[in-house]
Amino acid sequence: MNSPRIQPAVMVLEDGTVFEGRAWGAPGTAFGEAVFATGMTGYQETLTDPSYAGQIVIQTAPHIGNTGVNTEDMESRRIWVNGFVVRDPARRPSSWRSERTLDEELAAQGVTGIRGVDTRALTRHLRDRGAMRAGIFAGDDAARPVPELVRRVTEQPAMAGQALAAQVSTNEPYTVEPAEHGWDGPVKHTVVAVDLGVKAMTPQRLAERGMRVHVVPADTTFEQIRQLRPDGVFYSNGPGDPATADEQVATLREVLDARIPFFGICFGNQLLGRALGFGTYKLTFGHRGINQPVKDLATGTVEITSQNHGFAVDAPVGETVIAPEQRYGRVSVSHVGLNDDVVEGLRCEDIPAFSVQYHPEAAAGPHDSAYLFDRFTDMMDRAGQDRGPEAGDN
Amino acid sequence: MPRRQDLNSVLVIGSGPIVIGQAAEFDYSGTQALRVLKDEGLRVILVNSNPATIMTDPEFADATYVEPITPETVEKIIAKERPDAVLPTLGGQTALNTALALDANGALERYGVELIGADVAAINLGEDREAFKGVVERCGAESARSVIVHSMDEALAAAEQLGYPMVVRPSFTMGGLGSGLAYNETDLHRIAGAGIQYSPTSEVLLEESILGWKEYELEMMRDAKDNVVVVCSIENVDPVGVHTGDSVTVAPALTLTDREYQRMRDIAIAVIREVGVDTGGCNIQFAVEPATGRIVVIEMNPRVSRSSALASKATGFPIAKIATKLSLGYTLDEIPNDITRKTPASFEPTLDYVVVKVPRFAFEKFPAADPTLTTTMKSVGEAMAIGRNFTEALQKAMRSLEQKGSAFSFARPAVEPGPNTVARLVEKCRETTTERLRNVQRALLAGATVEQVFEATAIDPWFLDQIQLLNETAELIREDPDLHPETLREAKRHGFSDAQIGELVHLDESVVRGVRHALDIRPVYKTVDTCAAEFEAFTPYHYSSYDRESEVAPHEKPSVLILGSGPNRIGQGIEFDYSCVHTSMVLREAGYETVMLNCNPETVSTDYDISTRLYFEPLTFEDVMEVVAAERRTGGLLGVFVQLGGQTPLKLAADLKAAGVPILGTSPEAIDLAEDRGEFARVLTEAGLRQPKNGTAHDFAQASRIAHEIGYPVLVRPSYVLGGRGMEIVYDEASLKTYLENATEVSPSRPALIDKFLEDAIEIDVDALFDGKDCYVGGIMEHIEEAGIHSGDSACVLPPITLAPDVVERVRAATEAIARGVGVKGLINLQFALASDVLYVIEANPRASRTVPFVSKATGVQLAKAAALIGVGRTVAELRAHGVLPAHHDGTTLPEGTPTAVKEVVLPFARFRTPEGTVVDSLLGPEMRSTGEVMGVDKYFDTAFAKAQAAAGGPLPTSGSLFVSVANKDKRSAVIPVKMFADLGFEIVSTGGTAQVLHRNGIESTVVAKIADAEGDEPTVADLITDGKIDLIFNTPSGGQAARGDGYQIRAAATSVGVPTMTTVSELGAALQAITAQRQYSWSVTSLQEHEQTLRERAAQEARGA
Repeated sequence: MNSPRIQPAVMVLEDGTVFEGRAWGAPGTAFGEAVFATGMTGYQETLTDPSYAGQIVIQTAPHIGNTGVNTEDMESRRIWVNGFVVRDPARRPSSWRSERTLDEELAAQGVTGIRGVDTRALTRHLRDRGAMRAGIFAGDDAARPVPELVRRVTEQPAMAGQALAAQVSTNEPYTVEPAEHGWDGPVKHTVVAVDLGVKAMTPQRLAERGMRVHVVPADTTFEQIRQLRPDGVFYSNGPGDPATADEQVATLREVLDARIPFFGICFGNQLLGRALGFGTYKLTFGHRGINQPVKDLATGTVEITSQNHGFAVDAPVGETVIAPEQRYGRVSVSHVGLNDDVVEGLRCEDIPAFSVQYHPEAAAGPHDSAYLFDRFTDMMDRAGQDRGPEAGDN
Repeated sequence: MPRRQDLNSVLVIGSGPIVIGQAAEFDYSGTQALRVLKDEGLRVILVNSNPATIMTDPEFADATYVEPITPETVEKIIAKERPDAVLPTLGGQTALNTALALDANGALERYGVELIGADVAAINLGEDREAFKGVVERCGAESARSVIVHSMDEALAAAEQLGYPMVVRPSFTMGGLGSGLAYNETDLHRIAGAGIQYSPTSEVLLEESILGWKEYELEMMRDAKDNVVVVCSIENVDPVGVHTGDSVTVAPALTLTDREYQRMRDIAIAVIREVGVDTGGCNIQFAVEPATGRIVVIEMNPRVSRSSALASKATGFPIAKIATKLSLGYTLDEIPNDITRKTPASFEPTLDYVVVKVPRFAFEKFPAADPTLTTTMKSVGEAMAIGRNFTEALQKAMRSLEQKGSAFSFARPAVEPGPNTVARLVEKCRETTTERLRNVQRALLAGATVEQVFEATAIDPWFLDQIQLLNETAELIREDPDLHPETLREAKRHGFSDAQIGELVHLDESVVRGVRHALDIRPVYKTVDTCAAEFEAFTPYHYSSYDRESEVAPHEKPSVLILGSGPNRIGQGIEFDYSCVHTSMVLREAGYETVMLNCNPETVSTDYDISTRLYFEPLTFEDVMEVVAAERRTGGLLGVFVQLGGQTPLKLAADLKAAGVPILGTSPEAIDLAEDRGEFARVLTEAGLRQPKNGTAHDFAQASRIAHEIGYPVLVRPSYVLGGRGMEIVYDEASLKTYLENATEVSPSRPALIDKFLEDAIEIDVDALFDGKDCYVGGIMEHIEEAGIHSGDSACVLPPITLAPDVVERVRAATEAIARGVGVKGLINLQFALASDVLYVIEANPRASRTVPFVSKATGVQLAKAAALIGVGRTVAELRAHGVLPAHHDGTTLPEGTPTAVKEVVLPFARFRTPEGTVVDSLLGPEMRSTGEVMGVDKYFDTAFAKAQAAAGGPLPTSGSLFVSVANKDKRSAVIPVKMFADLGFEIVSTGGTAQVLHRNGIESTVVAKIADAEGDEPTVADLITDGKIDLIFNTPSGGQAARGDGYQIRAAATSVGVPTMTTVSELGAALQAITAQRQYSWSVTSLQEHEQTLRERAAQEARGA
């Protein structure tokens, strides 16, 4: 039985561990940081989430591809993961919305995968030793000596210190109109969303609430932002190490200095943290799943959140402090992750700015945190009232 | 917020006897609840009439009432115990309904008792169909569209809107009378036309049909701070049309995109909030139209349900435990996740495996019943399996059913199937029977396409493709008779057993295993951890998979492996799980590490913190041996207990021993000896004991000769069967011939056993312990019905009420002699019959029996625990010295004044219909058909019997009318009890011959026509019963066929309206005693703790007096 479908493949970790499997998706070799994602639904959203750029994603759910691929559920224009590791890919998708199979999609987009891997063993390994560099070698490469493969893995750059946001960001600005997403009233506010790896659902969530959203590239300057006369500025999620995003942090400080309402998610949360003068650090193996409990410290309620982050903000939990950049006044940690007490949100008390580390736009994931978009809207409403009727009237 | 400080005592209501649809899972949830409440330092009061439950073990509550779960009795308990609160959401619909009744009648208010975990308004909103539709609409979601019509014109107009097929449901008719599915206008005219007539309000509900839609269920939890989580999503492989309890189901849902799943989650959360579910668990069911994705909400259960148990086992998230904590005021984020220890319960479990549940049916017990699966649940148990993919989990689940043919067979038909065969096989898939999944696999194997089968079944193509994958894998195996490692690995990855592989390559299972072991292709054991390995797990809850890494940790001490009893079935239910759990509990206390192996998700034994380690695995020789190997690798395995889980593990005993596995307790040789007629007869002869005359026949001629020799009536049965399967009492040669012609289980290699049937004998059941030297008789139970009715179906009483002291002594001596002769080390169950003062031995089972929990509760001695300790080397003398067994007395010498305990059974007849739609016959016989049991305890037999009847769901009337129709053989003995009923003021209603006999004895009765003789519109007895004009029925069957028709219709009518029916004279006598007592006083309630106190005091008095 040497059918072309059954080609060996191996997943090699930088610590020398090797997992056998079978080639899947596009033939060839893939390198990246090995991370695991625990969502049982939403593989298509995961693949197209720009925050996964540079990573090899391991799906802990064994059956992947059951509902095929459709255009509607794409979170961006392409697949961003460097490699994809699953146990049992679907042979045949079944969904009334399916347009093509996942195998076809991976092959078409040149994404190398590996199937038949003991993904649980791999996940446990990464959990105990932390996320690390890895490579998928399919076909003839799979038979090369392990030390050679390990060497090729370790030749790759580590995730810490990588600036990836600019790579995944849109090249040209574009606008998402409220009317495109079911809002039939007048436009309420204009938001400039800086694309650091934004997912399609995020501008949609804003547009549904009456916001016109100008999505701009990651290197957009404050001056360019101001020319769009925003009522609010939004920083999206995105891949890479926040410590590399000095340019975006500088721009954000200008936004904060101008007292323009600000909302950031994920990478945007890390950049708000850095703008306020806090540090960021790399988590051992990150949070990637759609079942992560987060407590809103103001209300005491728990939301089940969608998360995808390998870095976090280092800020004190449980007390309101003056930001290290003192001109921004008092700051509190607004949300914490209940699994490990990681900072999951920041709230400025003296300037109109807040952010969360997780994904209120979900996709994939629960919609428990959608209220945060309302909070942003309210913030812009209040700022508009403060500024008087002439502002924000477009 | 932390726990409420204003609650000091809580009354938990259990779910009562095991019935179809409400089974062992409520013992599992109730036991968790009790443990939580006790840990929190509350005074815990429990009411549950089911003695076979772990929750009714006295150590789990401060006051345990094994009393009927009726509003009146529960009110008495409230009056006596004065709890602060009642927790009614963990005992199924029984508990919820009882609580609602207590709320409605003001009892809760009178005693100042609060309902916790439930809100009456919310329950009503959740359960009232129309109100619930409003809820769904307010949440922006949809229910199935429906229209109420009052005329055919309106119906036709509605049809335009709803489209065919459509469900037609007349309003306010009993038991769905007149409902049907209209596929076209002709059907609509017929069904709705009649429906408008049937309905007292001339009203018919027309509803769009969602048959064939995808069906899902979400298990939810909500806390007092309005935090809501989805614990588990469950997808039915069988689309809408088959009850979820009868469907093959899978967790998590496998064929939804995230958008659809989140939409369902949003709706579920909105509905919970709109309904106002208080704290705790609930579930919501959805249907999804496959072609459009339209979502319709089917219903919700505002309580812990059957599927909550499944969801708990499937995810490792203990719903009942957490629900109980929430009812005390905790919030989800304050409760730690037991498995990870450091993360909170306020999260949604994520699975890195697939769970499949398959139902187990018992249609073979009800040959007349229509085996079509509908929206009425008919399965009696279930098996669950966990695998790293769907195929592995499905195949494990199917072999866990332990029924012949339950696993897929991939053998090719002898002839290549032609197009007609394929078409016929596809057609067969349309029938929603227990065979459907196997029919699907056969059709695909024969060459049908996934599309064809989808069209016929509406089973999602993804699942069908997985079954196709199994067929393809089978082909791979078939083509590689040398079994190369890649082939074996691939086969094992998809759950093929060694036996299935062997069938494909014409090798014995053991040869396949030999090859596999030589190639070192062995399963690994993964852990259920709620979090897909994101966090370390501290609970060794394992399942096997053919994958790379095993997670079984080394043992610190030798382990004892306990084999459970597998899926519940008639004849082997919760009672056996009880013994397994007790064994695990007592051996853990004694310092052993215990390892449970079972595949039944409903049970307490598969709760992950009952044993040191849990393997959720099928109970086949292959699967057990792999666990044994895993245990040995990790330094465990002192030995295996096979005598506790009923026949399932027992039948593995010899093979395990042959494979070198140490068996604890009674040896496999002793087990065989008791099963072997010749050997057993020798033991009896040596002990000077008698058996009814008997013989073994391979054909009719032989059978006829034996029957003549020993004399009719005879009891015939196939050899090697359980629960009286296929057993019948035969009165003449013609019936013997019919029996043998129809008995599919009799063949030259499997002969029929023929015993002299002892008419009018008193049947006696004994449970005893033996350690090789001393015997401890746990209890002697006297059956209320005469011999001939399966012991599992007959009511019994302990201590025996009519056995003379010398008979009890003979029973004791016989028990000891047999236990010694067989070589028992642990429990033995014996059945005797006393006829004309001669004691006959009917059978001996050297294992834990169905009655162990009843005896334990009635006598206050935990027999299963004692048996487990004997299994690891303790002696009866030691157990007596250490207080595990009473120091001085045993079950034959219970102290004077010991209260009387009655066991009564519940039967599932009302669930089953013949294909023509009538109820199946409820006549009891030598084949067991009950699903569960209750216990009634009181000072004397009369009230204990009355309690047992009330608990079993048929409270006895204290006045009204008694219908009497008895067989000739019973006419004489019926006179006196019937006379006494007449004297009590009962109206006696009778027919023909019975009426004459009564009249001659001075008992006047209202005579009604026999069904066969009724003329014109003359009402028959069946009509009177259906109209509710009869309060009690006394109908004994005659052996002949003629009266059978009448008797059947009487019993059928009684079953459908639920009138208590006595089918033996002795039962009527018991009823008479009970009714007389009830007319004199209202019973009081006694807790098991008080009962045990009484027993201890009486024993101490006697010891002092002695």
